[in-house]
Amino acid sequence: MATQISPASGRDTFVGRAMSRVDGPAKVTGLAKYAGEFAAPNLAHGYVVSSAITKGRITAIDAAAAEAVPGVFKVITHENRPSIAGEAEAYQDMVAPPGAPFRALYDETIAFSGQPVALVVAEDFDTARYAASLVRVSYEAETPHTDLEAQAGSSYDPPEKRDGIKPPPEPWGDAGSAFDGAAIKVSQQYRIAHEHHNPMEPHASTVVVEDDGTYTVYDKIQGVANSQLYLTNAFGLKPEQVRCLSPYMGGGFGCGLRPQYQLFLAMLAAQDLNRSVRVVLTRDQMWSFTYRPGAVQTVSLGADTSGNLQAIRHDALHGTSQYEDYQENIVNWSGILYGCDNVELTYRLAKLDTATPGDMRAPGAVTGVFALETAMDELAYATRIDPIQLRIANYTDTDPVEEKPFGSKALKACFRQGAERFGWSKRNPEPRSMRDGKELVGWGMACGIWEALMMESSAKVTLTADGRLEVGNSTGDIGTGTYTILTQIAADALGLPMEHVTTKLGDTDLAKAPVAGGSWTAASSGTAVMKACRDVAEQAFKLARGLEGSPLANVDFERVVFSKGRIEVAGDPAKSVVLTDVMRQTGTETLEATGSASPDKDFAKQYEAYTHSAVFAEVKIDEELGIVRVTRVVSAIAAGKILNTKTARSQILGAVVMGIGSALHEESMLDHRLGRFMNRNLGEYHVPANADIHDIDVIFVDEEDKANPLGVKGVGEIGIVGTAAAISNAVFHATGKRIRDLPITVDKILAA
Amino acid sequence: MNRFDYVRAGTVAEAVQAFGSDPSARFIAGGTNLIDLMKYNVEKPGRLIDITRLPLNTIEERDGGLRIGALVSNADLAYDDRIRSRYPLLSSAILAGASAQLRNAASTGGNINQRTRCYYFYDEGTPCNKREPGSGCPAIGGVNRIHAIFGASDACIATHPSDMCVALAALEATVQVTGPDGDRAIAFADYHRLPGDDPAKDNTLKPGEMVVTVDLPAKDYGQHHTYLKLRDRLSYAFALVSVAAAFELDGQTIRTARLALGGVAHKPWRNLEAEALLQGKPATRENFQAAADLIVAEAKPQSENGFKIELARRAIVRGLEQAAAGTPQTQSDKRIQ
Repeated sequence: MATQISPASGRDTFVGRAMSRVDGPAKVTGLAKYAGEFAAPNLAHGYVVSSAITKGRITAIDAAAAEAVPGVFKVITHENRPSIAGEAEAYQDMVAPPGAPFRALYDETIAFSGQPVALVVAEDFDTARYAASLVRVSYEAETPHTDLEAQAGSSYDPPEKRDGIKPPPEPWGDAGSAFDGAAIKVSQQYRIAHEHHNPMEPHASTVVVEDDGTYTVYDKIQGVANSQLYLTNAFGLKPEQVRCLSPYMGGGFGCGLRPQYQLFLAMLAAQDLNRSVRVVLTRDQMWSFTYRPGAVQTVSLGADTSGNLQAIRHDALHGTSQYEDYQENIVNWSGILYGCDNVELTYRLAKLDTATPGDMRAPGAVTGVFALETAMDELAYATRIDPIQLRIANYTDTDPVEEKPFGSKALKACFRQGAERFGWSKRNPEPRSMRDGKELVGWGMACGIWEALMMESSAKVTLTADGRLEVGNSTGDIGTGTYTILTQIAADALGLPMEHVTTKLGDTDLAKAPVAGGSWTAASSGTAVMKACRDVAEQAFKLARGLEGSPLANVDFERVVFSKGRIEVAGDPAKSVVLTDVMRQTGTETLEATGSASPDKDFAKQYEAYTHSAVFAEVKIDEELGIVRVTRVVSAIAAGKILNTKTARSQILGAVVMGIGSALHEESMLDHRLGRFMNRNLGEYHVPANADIHDIDVIFVDEEDKANPLGVKGVGEIGIVGTAAAISNAVFHATGKRIRDLPITVDKILAA
Repeated sequence: MNRFDYVRAGTVAEAVQAFGSDPSARFIAGGTNLIDLMKYNVEKPGRLIDITRLPLNTIEERDGGLRIGALVSNADLAYDDRIRSRYPLLSSAILAGASAQLRNAASTGGNINQRTRCYYFYDEGTPCNKREPGSGCPAIGGVNRIHAIFGASDACIATHPSDMCVALAALEATVQVTGPDGDRAIAFADYHRLPGDDPAKDNTLKPGEMVVTVDLPAKDYGQHHTYLKLRDRLSYAFALVSVAAAFELDGQTIRTARLALGGVAHKPWRNLEAEALLQGKPATRENFQAAADLIVAEAKPQSENGFKIELARRAIVRGLEQAAAGTPQTQSDKRIQ
């Protein structure tokens, strides 16, 4: 039997299988500690006082009553805070968009509702919270502007582009004329509501002042390097003075990419009082920073009667804050997903009096692909072509923007396998043609697409004489399963049981790695770990080969595999040595190596790398009452090699649930007169409840990709992209009503 | 959250005495609403009187009906065999609300005294006549898709959030209260009030009075009833519109009709004219539509909740159909029947 040699040089014992989370027991027994749970001697607790106005200035703060409460150390405001860095640039973190970042307690200016205006620091949380209720803040308020459509007139092309976000490409062909001349035209506006991430774990930071004057900082962050950079710049510290840790996160979804103001305030108070401080934000305060901004989009598709696209125009109006130009790639997908000779993509920002928006799971794609894929469904009806056939008619194996082939694109397999699992062939395309009792039944589908990214990353591994391996880097496991997949990769690379591998993450003392986001962690950290393990394997092999009478003498490294604690000649397992024997016999205490990974430039010159999906949804809608149930979703994913079918499936399941929320539930409602989000709790900001979720079927289609040695593309985001469009298309099929405004709530169904 | 004194009462008399005439005192049982309101600085009690040890946690037979102690938990009430067999409408309404954890903690008395979920009421950064009388009502002209379509005033458009109370209104329960001036009985229809120009008052309790029991009359509507709740997600959301419907039928003829709506007014909404309209008529969709039309005729929309009028009209018809057919809405399967 041929030996399966994995790219990691061992056998694929664990990689590719359904392995339970290695951090599962710690999480379910409470051993896993989160940023707001770390203790320190004499720990003080900070509670944030939030602005009651949206725009204007603070005229006075009366903190006397709060400071008179026994147990209160200080009420820190812009008037009495310690000196901090003055220039806005010092507050720019690794993923900051262009602009001047928000500086908490900097001056009397109020730029958004809920802006922190004071930090009450006390000996316990309850005292701080009580005293915070006694702080009296007087304001001079100005009229806020938070209505995106009302600001359309002053929208603009952002002068400075956000790092890592491609601006819309130059138009090609002549989309205007081609659209005008097309036999079939679809042109509509699409809207998506503001959404807030709302992970279970609130934002929290614990700053511990050590005896030697250095700081140990526990922060809710998707990459500790970002917290460290931010603190060193804002507070004028050296990296060796600030160790940042974030071993576990109770959900990130992007709202933990940038350091948030509770980190700044905790460090500010720790320095001011020279004692350890913890600041935990409330659920309400989730609405005072980062969110997925709503957008108004126009998509125009022109096609011939056979459905061949002749023109694509996609325009997006997007909200940002007054002080930063946050940007997403919303419209570019419309130039990549289908082949078309005449394409025009435009993107504009409008300034709103809100906090700066931020990345939320598949930022840009959730918004843009919803509009594109709903428009494609409208085109399918206009041309009377099956939605899958329409997409196949416009299929492209080449990225039309970059004019390079995709390294891999198994989207057709997604169509085929997804349609078969869903039973798509039994669909009667006529709207309102399928029913089940009082409910109309609708079947809809859509495509998803996301970038397969990779970032520079390193990892260090240490093999000890007892055959145990420690693996680590500073990236975060935001609940996705990074601990588990890195453990699998390392165990396979050195032929060890997973129990003998310990993975450490989220600590700036570990090897440098980027924030966990963009679905790039598996490719980036995974490759770095694999390379480091490969290095240690080679060191061990050389020691083994040098042993007297070694069965590996005269064998090349490329010809051995590491399996079951042994180094053996591939195809000739009789020739092997025990790894721990090698260590012992050579008197080796440890072998260590640092591996680094970066995007393959040669590959990138030739190919583009994306993940794809085909999402199928069934809805049942009470015909008279308009109540929607999503009774089935099949999500077929092409994302390269799947490292762990269990944790990867969980990623898709969670993303589909989030997509259902985006389609039917999630909406942060603004009172534009006040400039304030009003439904600031989980009772009134609706995410799907268990009752809203029925069958979700995940398919991973085979796809070989060579963008990185592991062949992985990442699965954190692709599962949400296109899900809302599949549902909105199903709603149309069920009811004959096209709702282009998310979330699809009962009022819209009744009105349509 | 403010600081407060805490008193644990051993008897009803002790509880009433401990409350006295202190306007800042509050009784606390399950605390599922009061504690939230304290965290939001909406309620700032100076004294909490813990009534959880009072002997008010039983359900007893009384005059052919049942007497429910104020401290019976929502879960115990919903799953009580006598309630399930004789007052299934009440059981169903309770199970349509909140979550299992909340129903385990929340009490009967607390449920009927829970306060509105109006966003502005919860946000001390905004005006609210219910929270701060005279400060104004920004829900009018603001974010109000969940607000009242019946009985609102220029001072307040909040709704009462309870599901249980909608069933109690339809069942014509009686609330027994006690206080500094002794005991009295309040018909359920008179317990909650419309906001008028004094929206700070949710109900007709006098200062220092507490709920002792809720009494269900003998008439039980065990066969023909339903609690239909329509909301923005299929569980754990307050009603946009809910319908408690119950009939006594003679064959296909309606002998008695009871109908109460939730999520649409400052109190469970009943329209006795509509109930009278149905009496003696055949249980047909046409008659149900006539009743629904009569009810919604007096509805008034706010800027964002006009849809609730049509939704209420349709929900009433469906609810009456479910009740007449003896096919009550189940609360475990969220598919609407």
